[in-house]
Amino acid sequence: MAAPGAPLRTLRALLRELRHAAGRSYRDSPAYRHVLAAFRQHRVTSEKLCRAQQELHFQAATYLCLLRSVRQHEALHREYHGRGERSPQEVAGLVGFRLPQQPGGKG
Amino acid sequence: ALFPSSERKRFYRNVSISQGEGGFEINLDHRKLKTPQAKLFTVPSEALAIAVATEWDSQKDTIKFYTMHLTTLCNTALDNPTQRNKMQLIRAAVKFLETDTVCYRVEEPPALAELQKNEWDPVVTWAEQRYNVTIGSSTSILGPNIPASTKETFVSHLASYNMWALQGIEFVITQLKSLILSMSLIDRHITVEKAVLLSRLEEEYQIRRWGNVEWAHDYDLCELRARTAAGTLFVHLCSESSTVKHKLLQD
Repeated sequence: MAAPGAPLRTLRALLRELRHAAGRSYRDSPAYRHVLAAFRQHRVTSEKLCRAQQELHFQAATYLCLLRSVRQHEALHREYHGRGERSPQEVAGLVGFRLPQQPGGKG
Repeated sequence: ALFPSSERKRFYRNVSISQGEGGFEINLDHRKLKTPQAKLFTVPSEALAIAVATEWDSQKDTIKFYTMHLTTLCNTALDNPTQRNKMQLIRAAVKFLETDTVCYRVEEPPALAELQKNEWDPVVTWAEQRYNVTIGSSTSILGPNIPASTKETFVSHLASYNMWALQGIEFVITQLKSLILSMSLIDRHITVEKAVLLSRLEEEYQIRRWGNVEWAHDYDLCELRARTAAGTLFVHLCSESSTVKHKLLQD
């Protein structure tokens, strides 16, 4: 089976991602409780004894990858692809101009 | 509700899960979530329902549908918009073998050819041993010559999955552009990160040579990882016999 690192590390990282996603009430969220319960039930430790444990760990690592990648993708989208159009002021500022102010309106 | 644009303001406060006749349902406040074709959104696995609910609850001011991969996969499984039956899905998946990324090799430049050999040969060998088939690789523009018996073996193997899991498998294959990498991933032989790396081997090679462009390369990498991870998780959650409601998964 694939070796996605130590189970405890995966669990901690996964819980951290869930906190990110959920906000303040993360501890009550179904996902947080489900993940903790699953790990407790199977007592995933460093001992590679049980196939069910390995499967659970793989699932946890996959879910961690999903949450992490979605967060990173969204951050990149906001950074590079989400800006939209510049305002006329911004465009003028690009070449060092300022828009003229005409208190009486255009003539 | 129908969502005409790719983004919409978050219109609900609470997301919860309930159990109905056909499986687990998602509630946005008091409203039950529906698919794009207005069917009731029901999933066979509680863990999957929780993950979908988490996607909905993670949305901040606007609902970013393009980040909700598990929801999208469930909608596809429920609506089956391409109207394909099980055998059509399986044949579409196995057809990918003819142009499988890891079988399609270059001869130039030598460094890339070497990299492909070192990184891809092991996973092809694994597949050949695991499934007792002949696959091989090719530098020909026509791609590898896959024996009919190999294809039939994969058809039989995929037939053991239910319809929902198959939608997931076909999705992963189209993302990774490789049946072999997808099976390696589904069989838990490699991680999502490794599968994506192997799928993007040539890109990674070019990035190492010419440099990384964050707004393009990393953007694509994260999106591919997200989709592949979602597809894999979806397949596993729909295949677990202990947590799955079989009535919903009828082929």
